Amino acid sequence: MTTHLKETLQRLGPLLALLVLCVALALLSPDFLTVGNILDVMRQVSINAVISFGMTLAILLGGIDLSVGSILAVSSVLIALLIKADYAAPLATLGGILCGAFMGTLNGLLVTKGRVAPFIATLGMMTLLRGAALVLSQGSPISGFSSDFFAALGGGYLARIVPLPVVWMLALFAVFWFVLDRTVFGRHIYATGGNAEAARLSGIKTDRVQILVYTISGAMAAVAGVILASRLDSAQPTAGAGYELDAITAVVLGGTSLAGGRGWIFGTLVGALLIGVLNNGLNLLGVSAFYQQVIKGSVILLAVLLDRAHKNE
Amino acid sequence: MRGISKAYGPVRVLEQVDFSVTGGEIHALMGENGAGKSTLLKILSGSSVPDSGEILIDGAAVSIRSSGDAASLGIAIIHQELNLIPQMSVADNLFLGREPSRLGVLSRARMRRETAAWLEKVGASHIDPEQQAGTLSIGRQQLVEIATALSKDAKVLIMDEPTASLTEHEIEALFSIVKDLRARGVAVVYVSHRLEEILKLCDRISVLRDGRFVAERPIAQTSFDEIVKMMVGRELRERFPRRAVQPGAVRLKVENLADEGKIRDIGFEVRAGEVLGIAGLIGAGRSEILRTLFGVSRRTAGQVSLDGKPLSVRRPGDAISAGIGFVTEDRKRLGLVQELSVRENTSLVHLEQYARAGVVRPRAERTAVERLIEELRIRTRDPELQVRALSGGNQQKVVFAKWLAKPPRVLLLDEPTRGVDVGGKFEIYQIINSLTAGGTSIVMVSSELPEVLQMSDRILVMREGRAAGIFDARDTSQEQIMRAATEGLRI
Repeated sequence: MTTHLKETLQRLGPLLALLVLCVALALLSPDFLTVGNILDVMRQVSINAVISFGMTLAILLGGIDLSVGSILAVSSVLIALLIKADYAAPLATLGGILCGAFMGTLNGLLVTKGRVAPFIATLGMMTLLRGAALVLSQGSPISGFSSDFFAALGGGYLARIVPLPVVWMLALFAVFWFVLDRTVFGRHIYATGGNAEAARLSGIKTDRVQILVYTISGAMAAVAGVILASRLDSAQPTAGAGYELDAITAVVLGGTSLAGGRGWIFGTLVGALLIGVLNNGLNLLGVSAFYQQVIKGSVILLAVLLDRAHKNE
Repeated sequence: MRGISKAYGPVRVLEQVDFSVTGGEIHALMGENGAGKSTLLKILSGSSVPDSGEILIDGAAVSIRSSGDAASLGIAIIHQELNLIPQMSVADNLFLGREPSRLGVLSRARMRRETAAWLEKVGASHIDPEQQAGTLSIGRQQLVEIATALSKDAKVLIMDEPTASLTEHEIEALFSIVKDLRARGVAVVYVSHRLEEILKLCDRISVLRDGRFVAERPIAQTSFDEIVKMMVGRELRERFPRRAVQPGAVRLKVENLADEGKIRDIGFEVRAGEVLGIAGLIGAGRSEILRTLFGVSRRTAGQVSLDGKPLSVRRPGDAISAGIGFVTEDRKRLGLVQELSVRENTSLVHLEQYARAGVVRPRAERTAVERLIEELRIRTRDPELQVRALSGGNQQKVVFAKWLAKPPRVLLLDEPTRGVDVGGKFEIYQIINSLTAGGTSIVMVSSELPEVLQMSDRILVMREGRAAGIFDARDTSQEQIMRAATEGLRI
């Protein structure tokens, strides 16, 4: 049982780091530990968190999805165009998310049927789709949706206090937790990521598992695109550039192994919050934007080094 | 080595172990999995440092703290999994890390020349120094490793399960090279599970059990039974459990089976409760029969029927729903997901059984897994333990357990006891027997002839992708099978 306990403690490491950081910031800045600020941080985190949930599945498979930022842009531009063309906003939103899912499916097909390494397949799609977003929008932002429904998706509140993006984030977190922990599909993701050949010989349709995972990752990127476009009241073809790296950072900070087969969604949520809290804290403390990057990079490296040291013991 | 002890955390792996080997002898080191052999080897080769005890070479105490230390003291180790870099040439591999050069520029001609000379010393002048190491057969790769060890002026050569993936003829060749090394005064430490080999090849034997030194004997003064007794600490009256099953109706019928080039014209029948053994050299197409039946390789010709109904298998899922299971060889690579727990591995194949609408019911899963753990006597403290923490024999039982949640109609076994110690083997044979008693048909590929002879009802011998004959296990012999497997082959 002791190894079990140790393992659990180790998994809770990122949470511990988050708590320590929160306590430190609460002591350093009186503005940090207020309900308003905390909800604000969570709202800012929501976009990265939603993308990271999908990214977690791809990384659990031993893969990666670099195209999420571009999928975000294409989906939000598409939604904007549909709304401008007088489609009902809920329908347009659904269309955008389905389009994101479909682009994810293309990633999955490239990886499985085309036997392209996930890094390369999604790198190619990243560039291709960025171009598609620019083509669709003719290179300029599409603003002013004049739809209350669409504006509420990113800007509304639950019970007048909890921002809706936070609600989406927590709801999706619950769904991902359930799927990974409780369903046959979740188990098949772990098995395929841990040892694809053994999984296949156990009758698991590993190709289907992979295609589904990239589809989900694409859909999550589109959901993040909805939140972003709604908040900005504008769909921008250049939006989401670099988001794939933030998502990978959150996943890795959360303890999911880049080699696949090991990790959990709770860690990813904590990883995303860790980045958000750090951003927020550095802003509250008035640290210059240049130093913020240096500090964030150092924290990431430190976290991963600590994790390594643990595992080598 | 004198009084060597080593503990990992609270687990004492070695306690006061003495071990010595003299130049010009082949010394077998034996013990069941977990007896401490590999730790002892790690200490000798410098990848692990003992907590106490001393190591003496030619009477002088030495300290081995790294693999570099070991190499400079003339200790070389050849691992079971070979360590050549497959993309590089034989010569590049042989000189890896100590490439002859002038001003940083490789002296290619010299490397080639000297490599050829070392290869000749191990009777391997047929290997081209320029060839990519990965394209050589396992047997030849091993010869390259031996040549490398010699070129480093090894006085002590450790060989860990050197024959595990060799063909019968490669084994013969290896033995004559090892004997040649002995004649030149090299001390050879030989680790193997194959007792027959050790009795044939080695001069002395040391046995470890549970991290302690049990005994050292000259081979001439010991016997098969005594060694087994020393290893397991009790007498194993039989190596193979008795079986008495009357085979039933024809279960699996295979006609003219062929795949994409490795096998063709394969035909056989297996009855309910019957064991069909498949023997033959490595590369003769034995595993390919199983892989084709299971839908891993594509069937290009022939018919398969199960209980009289034609069977079309395109992917493993089809075979599984027809009631066919496949205990694969190489459990690390093909059998288990090392990152997952014993529970998760055990329930992987038939997970839908414990699920409703795609949602796993944890209690149903746990109950079923615990039942299988008990039935197969899998020794694990906790089903939540990562499967990699189990011993080889217990890992292999988990591979069996995967398929037994639903009693299979046909179970395909590929090298079911490779890398499993004597006690574990016996338990696996018992599992096979209880399966046949329940009416399951078994098709078993094995390189261990005694196992094939004792466990099978009939034996299909493969040669170069074709059936060389089917023998009744009761009135055939190892010699007859070997003859059928090799007849007409140019070696």
